[in-house]
Amino acid sequence: MAKPEKIKTPKPGEIASSIDFKSPATDWMDTPTEIKPGNFCWGAKEKDLLTLGLPNPRQWSPLDDDWKLPEGWKSTILDGLSDRLSKYRSFKIFMDICVRCGACADKCHFYIGSGDPKNMPVLRAELIRSVYKKYFTASGKFLGRLAGARELDEDVLKEWWSYFFQCTECRRCSVFCPYGIDQAEVTIIGRELLNLVGLNIDWIAGPAAACYMKGNHLGLEPHAIKGNIESMCDDIEDLTGIRVDPSFNRKGADILFITPSGDLLGDPGIFTNMGYLMLFHELGLNYTWSTYASEGGNFGFFTSNDMAKRLNYKIYAEAKRLGVKWIIGGECGHMWRVLNQYMDTWNGPADFLEVPKSPITGTVFENARSTKMVHITEFTADLIKHGKIKLDPSRNDHLKVTYHDSCNTSRGMGLLEEPRYIIKASCNNFYEMPENTIREKTFCCGSGSGLNASENMEQRMRGGLARANAVKYVQDKHGVNVLANICAVDRAAFPALMDYWCPGVGVYGTHELLANALVMTGEKERVTDLRGDDLPGKEGNE
Amino acid sequence: MDMKLKDLLNEKKSAITKNWFDAIMETYPTDTTGFLKKQKDMFANPVGHVIAEGSERILEALIEGEELTDSLRFLDDIIRVRAVQDFTPSKAMAFIFLIKKSVREELKKEISQNHLYDALLEFESKIDELALFALDIYSKCREQLNELKIDELKRLTFTLLKKANLMYEIPVEEFEHKDLKCNI
Repeated sequence: MAKPEKIKTPKPGEIASSIDFKSPATDWMDTPTEIKPGNFCWGAKEKDLLTLGLPNPRQWSPLDDDWKLPEGWKSTILDGLSDRLSKYRSFKIFMDICVRCGACADKCHFYIGSGDPKNMPVLRAELIRSVYKKYFTASGKFLGRLAGARELDEDVLKEWWSYFFQCTECRRCSVFCPYGIDQAEVTIIGRELLNLVGLNIDWIAGPAAACYMKGNHLGLEPHAIKGNIESMCDDIEDLTGIRVDPSFNRKGADILFITPSGDLLGDPGIFTNMGYLMLFHELGLNYTWSTYASEGGNFGFFTSNDMAKRLNYKIYAEAKRLGVKWIIGGECGHMWRVLNQYMDTWNGPADFLEVPKSPITGTVFENARSTKMVHITEFTADLIKHGKIKLDPSRNDHLKVTYHDSCNTSRGMGLLEEPRYIIKASCNNFYEMPENTIREKTFCCGSGSGLNASENMEQRMRGGLARANAVKYVQDKHGVNVLANICAVDRAAFPALMDYWCPGVGVYGTHELLANALVMTGEKERVTDLRGDDLPGKEGNE
Repeated sequence: MDMKLKDLLNEKKSAITKNWFDAIMETYPTDTTGFLKKQKDMFANPVGHVIAEGSERILEALIEGEELTDSLRFLDDIIRVRAVQDFTPSKAMAFIFLIKKSVREELKKEISQNHLYDALLEFESKIDELALFALDIYSKCREQLNELKIDELKRLTFTLLKKANLMYEIPVEEFEHKDLKCNI
């Protein structure tokens, strides 16, 4: 019998030394993009692209190798890039002017949470800049990679898709850029280009299609909107004994009220909506809801400039049809960037409307002289300033509140003080988060710009880490249990973020807190807040 | 724990902590380690902060032979972060075992000179125990990510289902079922 060959087994030290704990150090251009579950949102559905009339409608999955790109996709993208370089001077400058100083690099919440270098704003822009260089600059054409240029191929396109849908267009990086490069605009153009070949995500294309057909992102039809609001009125009656009776599509009302549809359905947005209803009733405001212009938000803004303009059109059109004098808009984030910065240029001038003037205080909202649309926190803060509503902040004594500045309202329109003014008048316990996480430097929720789907939950959790980390700090230090905000996406996205990073912190709209404190004429004694939680000192008084 | 080893660990605590922290940092892309290590502001760099603070406290607990359940909060903080970063489960958890590497590297000579191999094995068993706790935390975090998706769907549809009489809420007084969720 042959003697078995002796097998030499490695010594423990040999195994240990062969384990490499380090990540491979490859240049970003050589690091492939991996599309894997938890890190991306599903691709846009064929039916939604058909509804919106967008190119290349087909069923596809980002997990497949073949993304079913249209024939000639490369020239479509390059022609699209060329168009936008000549049309938008800002974009051309952003492509040329960056000196790679790195000031933006560590300011992005996705980079902070993930550590993925391609989430550095400078590098995210470089994904598109490298292609710009290759095809539109002499240095890139001749020197290629030496000049930071690269060919556009399918892998590059997939990389764009992955990373332009990992940017929430929050613009925190632009606050720190010495040249003022607005990374959100680079992402916006990147997404426009992707849309030219049918590469959107379902969470954006679906709501945009619903908005195009039904007037709101959730696809609520008029009877559903009316029904939902009436059932909120039932709840308000149970709470206060007062029957609120709002009107719908009423011609001749003074004011049209428009809010994101997220407030019309689902917890906790509905409580904010009840707040609007209670406030307007108490004021006796001559206003109406619209079941057609039933969406303040605009997921078209996350698709293309044209789509955003198209979905926005209904706001002025409905104001004109109903013959109102001016418009109040509800608590929302990107809705206000669109209304404040773009609406007037797209679909204005709204010269058939009057300059907004509060019928209660007589204040003229000069800042809205052109758009004719006032943010509800501006309207309400003005009421409080003039002592026109009675508030009992002790009704919120069971809540310890901090406030999250939404990216779009803070950086997009400078709305910093009004929400705080309302919260401080409505609540006795208010605590600010640390200075470098609020106001202009606020950290994004990690789910904005259409990324609040469920399938990318891991991405959302790491994107929101920087925000949640600051909330956790005030939770540990002051016992904060409420994260107040003025954004419907925040209200939809934060509950999950809080549950993961700082359980015990609830998410409240600012007008929910106001409505808790609002003393309404002829109301019965309240024993609970809007959510049915016992008011302080009224425990067991069911 | 063997007093000699404990003394050595205490003596070299800061070097071991640094070695371990650096080793954890190397699990991140090279372009990022500089930022994670250097930015000391806990709000500008929550990941670096959580790992720096957590690694120090966990090592302290191991050296002092404290009940590991006491330092689980710091372990939880680190794992909660790594569970949502782009790691496979094994890579996310590998950082625990890197303590062994750091201790061996920093105390190689002393352990050999003082014949402390038995004591080292005992210490490393404690690290294995920590790894098992860590596994529980990691699994819980991953389960929670799925729960969050379900909860989100419920929040969105609850009103509709209630309105359509497809859902009935049990009044509070009838609901005496206690919260059975156990926390780790």
